[in-house]
Amino acid sequence: MLKAIGVRSVDDLFSPIPAEFRLHRDLDIPRQMAESEIVDWFKKRAQENAEGYTSFLGAGAYNHYRPVVIDALVQRGEFLTSYTPYQAEFAQGTLQAIFEFQTMVSELTGMDLANASMYDGSTGAAEAVMMACRITGRNGAVVARTLHPEYREVIATYAANQNIPVKAVDYVASGRIDSRALEAAIGDDTACVLIQSPNFFGTIEDIEAIAGITHKRGALLVVSIAEAVSLGIVEPPRAADIVSMEAQSFGVPVGFGGPYCGVLATKDKYVRQMPGRLAGQTVDKKGKRGFVLTLATREQHIRREKATSNICTNQALVALMVNIFMTVYGKVGLRELAKQNLAKAAYAASQFGKHAKVKFGSAPRFNEFVVETSEDPYAIHNRLLGHKIVGGLPLKKFYPELGNAALWCCTELTTRSMIDTAVGLTADSERADRTMREVEEEEVAR
Amino acid sequence: MKHTTRKATRHISQNEGLIFEKSSPGKAAWKLPPLDVPEVDTAKLLGSQERKDLGVMPEVSEIEIIRHFTRLSTWNYAIDLGMFPLGSCTMKYNPRVNEFVSRVEGIANGHPYQPEKISQGALRILKTLSDCLIEITGMDAITLQPAAGAHGELTGLLMVRAYHQSKGNPRKKVLIPDSAHGTNPATAATAGYAVENLKSNDRGMVDVDALVAQMNEDVAALMVTNPNTLGVFEHDIHKIAEIMHAKGGLLYMDGANMNALVGKARPGDFGVDLMHLNLHKTFSTPHGGGGPGSGPVAIKKILEPFLPIPTVITKSDGTLGFDYNRPQSVGRVRAFYGNFGMFVRALAYILANGPDGLRQTTEDAVLNANYIRKGLEGVYDLPYKTPSMHEVVFSDKVQSKRGVRTMDLAKRLIDYGFHPYTTAFPLIVPGALMIEPTESEPKEELDLFIEAMKSIAEEVEEDPQFVLDAPHNTRISRLDEVGAARKPILRWKPGNA
Repeated sequence: MLKAIGVRSVDDLFSPIPAEFRLHRDLDIPRQMAESEIVDWFKKRAQENAEGYTSFLGAGAYNHYRPVVIDALVQRGEFLTSYTPYQAEFAQGTLQAIFEFQTMVSELTGMDLANASMYDGSTGAAEAVMMACRITGRNGAVVARTLHPEYREVIATYAANQNIPVKAVDYVASGRIDSRALEAAIGDDTACVLIQSPNFFGTIEDIEAIAGITHKRGALLVVSIAEAVSLGIVEPPRAADIVSMEAQSFGVPVGFGGPYCGVLATKDKYVRQMPGRLAGQTVDKKGKRGFVLTLATREQHIRREKATSNICTNQALVALMVNIFMTVYGKVGLRELAKQNLAKAAYAASQFGKHAKVKFGSAPRFNEFVVETSEDPYAIHNRLLGHKIVGGLPLKKFYPELGNAALWCCTELTTRSMIDTAVGLTADSERADRTMREVEEEEVAR
Repeated sequence: MKHTTRKATRHISQNEGLIFEKSSPGKAAWKLPPLDVPEVDTAKLLGSQERKDLGVMPEVSEIEIIRHFTRLSTWNYAIDLGMFPLGSCTMKYNPRVNEFVSRVEGIANGHPYQPEKISQGALRILKTLSDCLIEITGMDAITLQPAAGAHGELTGLLMVRAYHQSKGNPRKKVLIPDSAHGTNPATAATAGYAVENLKSNDRGMVDVDALVAQMNEDVAALMVTNPNTLGVFEHDIHKIAEIMHAKGGLLYMDGANMNALVGKARPGDFGVDLMHLNLHKTFSTPHGGGGPGSGPVAIKKILEPFLPIPTVITKSDGTLGFDYNRPQSVGRVRAFYGNFGMFVRALAYILANGPDGLRQTTEDAVLNANYIRKGLEGVYDLPYKTPSMHEVVFSDKVQSKRGVRTMDLAKRLIDYGFHPYTTAFPLIVPGALMIEPTESEPKEELDLFIEAMKSIAEEVEEDPQFVLDAPHNTRISRLDEVGAARKPILRWKPGNA
């Protein structure tokens, strides 16, 4: 090949790089490993992780069962090693799959249409805010404090650089958004109200009421959904203008936080302000049905600095996992799956409630709930870890006012014995704690 | 007579409708275990919030699902089927060991909020990959959080803004060469900067004189791709850096073409202040039909205070942990820690190669591109004679005289069993054919590609209409894209076939 090219050595091909900037040594990285060594290396890392633990963690990353057909199908090289389907004739498989994904997401969210995916729920929510600003011509967002705290942080990052003022609205004793404070927070410059439902505490919001308040002031309602399985049994936010969903629950590994699958869904009239890729149905020269990426004039490779977003690569293969999951469970299975989640969480909350305070009980919730203990939840955590159980997420870090409260999640994979063990270990200390307190009180009384 | 191809033959492929068209009540592919807690009264728990109907969601059996997606898959082209010469996209082999290790239990199932003491394995993966990428780029620190290249660009520019802000003035503009990827100007706008174009010189490089004229204290940064989108190394890159630095500006490098440099040259050594990497290009994580990607941003020390939170640190007891206490941080750009599964795959790739393997990879990528250049020079117009690195850009100047454009040539290439090259980009080359073979291709595949391209050039001379009507061998012919955009049909509804 060198001879054909007409050079003497490969190094000659690198002569365009000035000699002083060429690297004349080996990179200081680990040596080349055989495949068996690579597998060993990662298995060791897995052992240093929570391998073999069961968990009550949710909070935006949910542990649901992943039917094995998902990995069997997404590992087909024709999906795994293909590119963004710009050359439609040679990528009909990916395009039809995206079209089906868009259909199912719009159906489940109660919207008219959905895009092909966003990076994740947090960036999707930030993009939804910017989309609302473009649609309304206004510049401001009102965000519920019960939106996932890390989503709020991402929105803050994006908004700061777009000069979009963001106001936060607190929650009330039911765990729902404070609707009076919300009404007061919306101004003439408010492009959108952004809430999450079920919210970060697992509480289901009254979407209709919030939409009423929001629309009255000419703002759009953006609803973020972090737990997609809820859509099997919880009424979708049909009154919203934009839905930003994190679809990780639908067959995507928890995987230490990513890759996940965000997606935006909206009303027909807003499609041209939507960021991200869209697949559309059309016909070929012979009239045969086919699919193409469409409305590309919104996108960066055509519009450059005037694009609706800078997004290019999205989460296609993860969206395919989501697609297969939705297809496996389908119309009936998704409802039954959601029902099991509801039942497990209801049982766990009732059991916890016998020994500790379950907060925000007056509004409906899905598969997460907040338990307040007198003992520091980190101490409970440590006790549970001894039994290879990871307890609920202590909320102090995100909500200092909630003190010793922790967010617990149950899915269809949470067993009754796991719940009983966790409740028992939490109750032990609560009982011990109470006894101690009673003793102290007696001492004081004496 | 039409030319034949040695690479591909027509074969039977299965027809397959939309999944909704196969659905009928009662079919199911799921089964839940018996409920081990009391049943709940959903109406009582949810009241008016209870959903009663899931609309058009499908009901199908497992074999139908397997066949559905398998049939769809056979309509795709893929790296696993052959060369995928998309310029700037670096469609290299995606090693299967990457997929295997990413699915090891304990790696695939780790929860982002599990306590740090039982996350040491995941943290070690983050740390090891970070160290490797810092060494490969010659930079000082890195964030792995951005979810894709464009997201990395945004993160980078937010750090640029924070850096200038810390000096009292965030500045107004970002300079971008006319050869840049579309994401660069779109990102600058998202980061709140005005975009100013910088023209290329007759060798396809940044025009240094133009840069001197345009650089001033309003300019926050220059975003440059190196090698640029013509596959040309910016020979004056160090001078460019000096011009930027002299006026207090920063040099941002789009690392999309890092496959030309790994192990041979380091951006940190030639004056770059910050850059993003595309793990789905250079580091072999699969493109998956358009994602997921991963776009780490490597930076020089001056930008370290502004890294997104959290960062990975080694604690006093030697264990690893996350650091959230970074007051000058630009904040968070994504929930959790980024596309962790992609970090696992990229690290597996680095470990499989080591220092010598990575260097060899780069050499092979550049060798392959130059072999194609030599093979097609004279057949297709080469607008810039400047030496090529990992990709080569031709134009359709010769063929367009017969009315055949780059996109038409690309569609005919499909009939020859190859995915098209990148068409009509970079914008500075009218009718561009941008070809990047990567290191993955053996000489035999390259020869088939060269043969196919030569054959198509002959067809253009003999029968241009035949090329204009391509592809001829695919399941469907060219699609009506105008109609698709004018009356968008973006979802299936009962009754629309």
